[in-house]
Amino acid sequence: MRRSKPPSSSISSRTPLLKAGSRSQLKQLQELMASALFRPLTVEDRMQPTWVDGRAMDKVAASFIKPNERLTSFERLEIYNRVYWFRVLDCLYDDYPGLRAVLGEQKFMKLITAYLAKYPSVSFTLRNLGSRLEKFIREEPKWARPHQRLALDMARFEWAQVVAFDDPAKPRITPDDILDAKPEKLRLGLQPYLSLLQLDYAVDEFLIAVRKSESDVLRAEASNIVEAMPKASRRSQKKIQLPKRRCVHLGVHRFDNVLYYKRLRSEAFAILSALRAGETVANACAIGLGGSKRRRANWSAQIKNWFNDWSSLGWFCRIS
Amino acid sequence: MPANLFNNFTDYGIGIGLRVPHYRHILSKKPVVDWFEIISENFMVDGGRPLEVLDAILEQYRVVQHGVAMYFGSAERLNREHLKKLKRLVKRTNTPWLSDHLCWGSVDGRYTHDLLPMPYTFACAKMTGQNIREARDFLEVPICVENVSSYAEFHASEMTEWEFLSEVVERADCGILLDVNNIYVSSKNHSFDPYEYLNNVPHHRVGQIHIAGHSKFEKYILDTHDHPVLDPVWKLYAHAVQLVGRTATLLEWDDRIPTFNEVHHEALKATQFIDQLENAAA
Repeated sequence: MRRSKPPSSSISSRTPLLKAGSRSQLKQLQELMASALFRPLTVEDRMQPTWVDGRAMDKVAASFIKPNERLTSFERLEIYNRVYWFRVLDCLYDDYPGLRAVLGEQKFMKLITAYLAKYPSVSFTLRNLGSRLEKFIREEPKWARPHQRLALDMARFEWAQVVAFDDPAKPRITPDDILDAKPEKLRLGLQPYLSLLQLDYAVDEFLIAVRKSESDVLRAEASNIVEAMPKASRRSQKKIQLPKRRCVHLGVHRFDNVLYYKRLRSEAFAILSALRAGETVANACAIGLGGSKRRRANWSAQIKNWFNDWSSLGWFCRIS
Repeated sequence: MPANLFNNFTDYGIGIGLRVPHYRHILSKKPVVDWFEIISENFMVDGGRPLEVLDAILEQYRVVQHGVAMYFGSAERLNREHLKKLKRLVKRTNTPWLSDHLCWGSVDGRYTHDLLPMPYTFACAKMTGQNIREARDFLEVPICVENVSSYAEFHASEMTEWEFLSEVVERADCGILLDVNNIYVSSKNHSFDPYEYLNNVPHHRVGQIHIAGHSKFEKYILDTHDHPVLDPVWKLYAHAVQLVGRTATLLEWDDRIPTFNEVHHEALKATQFIDQLENAAA
């Protein structure tokens, strides 16, 4: 006699149920549930039907989640799976408008899904969710095709803004602090919240255009006139031309707790980078000017101006 | 019980959550508000605008810390680095008590950023109670644990959620942040009587109450915090204050946040239930 397939209600009686009677059992249960949550959703935003070892996911869910009269174990676990992904994707969606504009919505979503599947959050705060995005794009550039370099620049630039927003500020060095110091011996630290970026694209200008376009869309949506517009065009942004390849140097920082990005000359960038690497002021200046192609510049006045600027922006601090 | 050991003998009235869209209004208009609840993790940073805003708020208002990532119910030990950061913030805010959830959310160093339910077993209650005690001893501030809303139950559970909550807080000798919206949401998702829940938790341990809005779906209710408080939750709240007395109450509104005045107005609706209670007593 052929045996019929068991009804779904008998799954739990045939599957060993996970217990939580000790710390190790609880750990096992939590590892299983977390692993289920971290698995990306299907294209229909549903939980994947098959577990990593090939078992049916409804059997795996039934091994620790109770069904009720309205929802199966699979469906109850799926609520958490969906909530997890919607939350983390939303977070990166908001934090990376520039990268989104570079890749387009669809590619962007695919990239950040692949990123989070490989690098789930390892921090208590969503603030750090994008901390390994640059690393991921370097490791798997295929997700950013055909704009790998531009996407990488934008990811670095947008992460630098997270850092500038709330990384620590150390006590500033004032001119009085270094009045008698000799440039050959003086070393200056740079504030942790300051990021120095050498980029292949002018992503700063591009991001400003993206933000302007987004705020225009929001303003339009707040107006009654939007009701008269075709639905498809209500949310559509004006297509912003991607930037052309052009080397730029940026200092991403904050001043009076407001975020700024400052363009730097290549020589200034080299000096600051050398200072950050621990060089003395004299060495940093030599390194910075060593690679310069500008021959007629009045370097001594220029360097004095730069150091005055950087000092008044509060970029210098003691080396810890 | 307007003031008890678990809210550090304070009587804080009706507060609202401090949220970014309201910063400008609060700092410029300085509206009268009994107190603000802050999400601790949003201010466990080392500098910048968040701390500047917090310091400005602290100059004018009473602030209570509410956490979302201590994960008392984790199978792993509490994260010491997290506790150290939290303690720095406690010193900054001088919060009279501190709350976090009866849940877990991370394992093996990976974070779900969710408040995940626990299996209600005696072993879990014991571990969780130890974690809460350890946190309180380290932070040197009373702790209230909040019941979470949930969408799943475990085969492993040995008791009801309210029995588990009671078991944990008795073992930890800590307070309860009673979230009546979460009780309502879970009661619908798991088909229990929310009044039975309320009647059977240790009322003398309730140091604070949360109210919030939720969203109804076809087969379940989601705790979305993006609506005004719905009538069944207000009714539960009225019953809760009858049981526990006038208690510091906070409205949570975290998504689709309306103006400050709308949120504050919604929160102040709680006053009528406290007034009714006090009129009846008089």
